[in-house]
Amino acid sequence: MSSSIISLKDAVAGSTTVDRASKPTSTGGGCSTSGCGTPSAEAAIPASVLARINDHPCYSEEAHHNFARIHVAVAPACNIQCNYCNRKYDCANESRPGVVSERLSPEDAVRKVQAVAAKMPELSVVGIAGPGDALADYRHTFATFRLMREVLPDLRLCLSTNGLALVDHVETIKSLGIDHVTITMNAVDPHVSEGIYDWVYFNNRRLRGLEAATVLLDRQMEGLDALARADVLVKINSVLIPGINDDHLAKLNTVVRQHGAFIHNIMPLISDPAHGTYFGLNGQRGPSPEELQRVQDQVSGDARVMRHCRQCRADAVGLIGEDRGQEFTMAKLPETVEDTTRERESYRALIAHEQQDKTRQAGDARRTIRALELTEETLVAVCSKGGGRINEHFGHASEFKVYAADSNGLRFIGHRRIDRYCGGGEGDDSKLETTIVALAGIRHVLCAKIGNCPRQQLSEAGITVSDAQAFEYIESAIAAHFHDCYAQTVATERRA
Amino acid sequence: MAYVINESACTGCGSCEFGCPNAAIKMKGDIFVINPSKCNECKGHFDEPQCVAACPADCITLAA
Ligand code: SF4
Ligand code: SF4
Repeated sequence: MSSSIISLKDAVAGSTTVDRASKPTSTGGGCSTSGCGTPSAEAAIPASVLARINDHPCYSEEAHHNFARIHVAVAPACNIQCNYCNRKYDCANESRPGVVSERLSPEDAVRKVQAVAAKMPELSVVGIAGPGDALADYRHTFATFRLMREVLPDLRLCLSTNGLALVDHVETIKSLGIDHVTITMNAVDPHVSEGIYDWVYFNNRRLRGLEAATVLLDRQMEGLDALARADVLVKINSVLIPGINDDHLAKLNTVVRQHGAFIHNIMPLISDPAHGTYFGLNGQRGPSPEELQRVQDQVSGDARVMRHCRQCRADAVGLIGEDRGQEFTMAKLPETVEDTTRERESYRALIAHEQQDKTRQAGDARRTIRALELTEETLVAVCSKGGGRINEHFGHASEFKVYAADSNGLRFIGHRRIDRYCGGGEGDDSKLETTIVALAGIRHVLCAKIGNCPRQQLSEAGITVSDAQAFEYIESAIAAHFHDCYAQTVATERRA
Repeated sequence: MAYVINESACTGCGSCEFGCPNAAIKMKGDIFVINPSKCNECKGHFDEPQCVAACPADCITLAA
């Protein structure tokens, strides 16, 4: 099975299952950069929870390459005013939470999901994330989910809320089988959140200042506790706002964990005067990638911090990192759609099989490498577009995944991005020179294909290149390559 | 007197509709409108007009 390739997506991807001992070397956000090989969010999550998120693209780094979600924008009403939000609906070019191009009735939403499901066997999750608050006017949200349960019962449901109305709806959430809820919490101290919210509409009054912040926080904590008791998985989203809550999020992380949240997602504030938000208009800036990573590192002691979040729109459709929403506007929906439940089931079975296959082969590969009893740590760089396979041409790679092999086996240690080493100059030669600089310390490169010229230059730089393992799983490929290179030496040395 | 929604500023989010004790607010096209004969400014129900308190666009005012 090792050569089976899933053709549904050429980038059916997945991060590797080997140990991840060290931090990534890059700080970028997306999946083509450091999003995927970062310390695994799965690492410290109990197996019982893992089984509930392994096909949820937003929660599982592995799943976000293989499974798609659709957000349906049925909930425009809101009950609080955040300083980072301006609730206008517009602009198909904007990609940020709270923005949609088209509002849907529950019936429209279901038609849309059916149409998307018919075209996308990867679809596993339907979420409601606004553009307002999913529970402010809960009628649309629950009407949509009820219809979804009738029409497409195999899809998972999730919703996202600011938490103000949450505790009143936990029973309904449970009874509809919604098993993931996201609460956006930016502070656990009202003195901090005071600077983040303009007002809160609660109990028929518009509250402001400390009173608003206190009510919101109390209600969020009640909601979180009630969901935890009901065994609904809770993710906490926090917006990192430099100068306001950057020093506070580590504390928030501790508190929400104690109250049962299973994962924490820290997102950068997106702030631009053009968005017309209070923060945007008042010069509040968003964090730099380094600031974001610093805060994520502070709270990632047990690795349960998401790093692949792409902050999608409230009407996002498709795999995370792509948005196919424009293909599925109401005007473009077909009159009738086929039932494709069977296709989705077989796709899921295929992915599960692939996953098992990959895990088993990675184990075999580690054993092979241990048996070589390497005397020193040896670094290998691989060219992979995803899927845990060697499947990229050397010349097309913009980054390498780096693994360390030694007598303990094999582990993923991070990414090397070629652009980090750009020294100016143009043309293929200089790109190759830059690549060689980026590969400092690396002894082997595995890729799907490489030209003769670069192969020779790498060889002159002391790097062995192989494309003999093209399209194999990364771990298996490294093991096979090392076996070829070192088993001979080991045998000779033993004899000597 | 009644409250009135400024059409050009209304985003159509519907936050106002939910809390009206007199069901005076209805969707009309892409936006919402208040039926002046049903709106009693929330008197006898609440201290503040609910639609005003809920509107994120701050686009509801007392009719001139
Ligand atoms: S003021 Fe009160 S009664 Fe009048 S429309 Fe607004 S919510 Fe309804
Ligand atoms: S709450 Fe304000 S913006 Fe929203 S529909 Fe009502 S009047 Fe329009």
